[in-house]
Amino acid sequence: MQARKLKDRLFTAFCIGSTLLALIPLGSMLYTIFVKGFSVISIDFLTKLPAPAGEPGGGFGNAIQGSFIVVGIASLIGIPLGIAAGMYLAEFPGSRVSRVVSFTADVLTGVPSIITGIFAYLVVVLKFGGFSALAGGVALATMMIPFIVRTTEEAMKLVPRELREASLALGAPRWRTTLEVVLSTARFGIITGVLLTIARIAGETAPLLFTAFSNRFWFDGVMQPVATLPVMIYTYAISPFEDWHAQAWGGALVLVAMILALNIGVKLAAGRRW
Amino acid sequence: MESKIEVVELNAGFGSTHVLKNISMSIPRNRVTAIIGPSGCGKSTFVRCLNRIHELVPGAWVRGKVLLDGKNIYDSDVDPVDIRRRVGMVFQKPNPFPAMSIFDNIAYGPKIHGMKKGLERIVEDSLRKAALWDEVKHRLKDSPVSLSGGQQQRLCIARALAVEPEVILFDEPCSALDPVATAKIEDLILELRENYTIVIVTHNMQQAARIADYTAFFLMGELIEYGETAQIFENPRDKRTEDYITGRFG
Repeated sequence: MQARKLKDRLFTAFCIGSTLLALIPLGSMLYTIFVKGFSVISIDFLTKLPAPAGEPGGGFGNAIQGSFIVVGIASLIGIPLGIAAGMYLAEFPGSRVSRVVSFTADVLTGVPSIITGIFAYLVVVLKFGGFSALAGGVALATMMIPFIVRTTEEAMKLVPRELREASLALGAPRWRTTLEVVLSTARFGIITGVLLTIARIAGETAPLLFTAFSNRFWFDGVMQPVATLPVMIYTYAISPFEDWHAQAWGGALVLVAMILALNIGVKLAAGRRW
Repeated sequence: MESKIEVVELNAGFGSTHVLKNISMSIPRNRVTAIIGPSGCGKSTFVRCLNRIHELVPGAWVRGKVLLDGKNIYDSDVDPVDIRRRVGMVFQKPNPFPAMSIFDNIAYGPKIHGMKKGLERIVEDSLRKAALWDEVKHRLKDSPVSLSGGQQQRLCIARALAVEPEVILFDEPCSALDPVATAKIEDLILELRENYTIVIVTHNMQQAARIADYTAFFLMGELIEYGETAQIFENPRDKRTEDYITGRFG
């Protein structure tokens, strides 16, 4: 009896210990970013263009703007395509096209992000003859689509069959049943999935390096290179200048704060069912 | 008695399972017809064949004829969507659309069928017919999820009425409800009988006795006996019907 209880205690302690151990890197990372980045954050940092090398001051304003634009372009392309494909999978499970789409989504989920960047480089950068915000958006959209497909499919499959039947029994055609009853019932799940996907891709660096590239000025059209937070952080972090390193920490703090805010916001809203 | 629906040698099932075997019966206009029988006897499948909902389940099949006002609803030139508007259905578990308001739940059907104006009127009329108007008139914009089970079921009845069906199928509409809510639904069905042809599946025999003009007894996918309710309950001709209604099995 005692031995059994002792084993139980030991195992519980082991599990709690492992959990804490796993949390250490996260806590330590957030702590370091906060400590090193906080002193850099100012209104100027958030709103000004970067200063020329050697001059003090300047900010990441254009990178923050650029990140919103590139993620926005990615969302415009990725969300409708992802939701449409997810709807198809949920409505026509087991069809031949369905199996192909499903398999493709699984494979896409596992493609390294640098490869996604190469894809966008081939499809957009080479075609249109230069780095651009559009190319960055296409690269990120390619990463978003498989996650949105899966999340849409799962959310729609959770809608009870009785609701579809109720709609069909009123003489509603199938497409209206899908759009107005199934999709609207599943919308909480889909919105949650979409926002979490945005949070996931907003920090991607590799696919942007040779698509959106970077820029030391404000956004100048979707066919021009554009600065983004991850790429700017990367550029500043590998530079030889001390003050640039400090600014890279500041950029990291802004990026992490935005992603965390999105994640936490989604969790809170989902808890309250919007 | 004039018949609204004439079922002729109806067979139905799923894949290799043969659920309904050679059902022929005539369902009279503006009367309540109850379908009774033990679980798994094919009652639900039968009514689901009357509005072509059965065939939506993967692997489902139907053979035979269902004549609605003399026209076979399984003819190739018949649009199932049109049949489902004319033959409404209320399900076992109340199933209002949770993402729509009470108002939109009822307006959904008429909107689907192209009505744009006068929706307020239709919604009010339907809710009044379903005896729910007074309970929800100040909260039409609310979610139906906040209603009680009985109210939700009356909302589903109002939703079915809003598309002006000719027939309403009730598939065990009270099995998820308490006795008070059940009594309200039963009163409602008796009122609706004035204007609609009603078919109700129930495994509550008292319910059939209370509200049905005609009763059909199903067993293992076959129609054993069909006649006026009083005759079925007081003077069954078939031994199996007698055994079932006296509680010897089922």
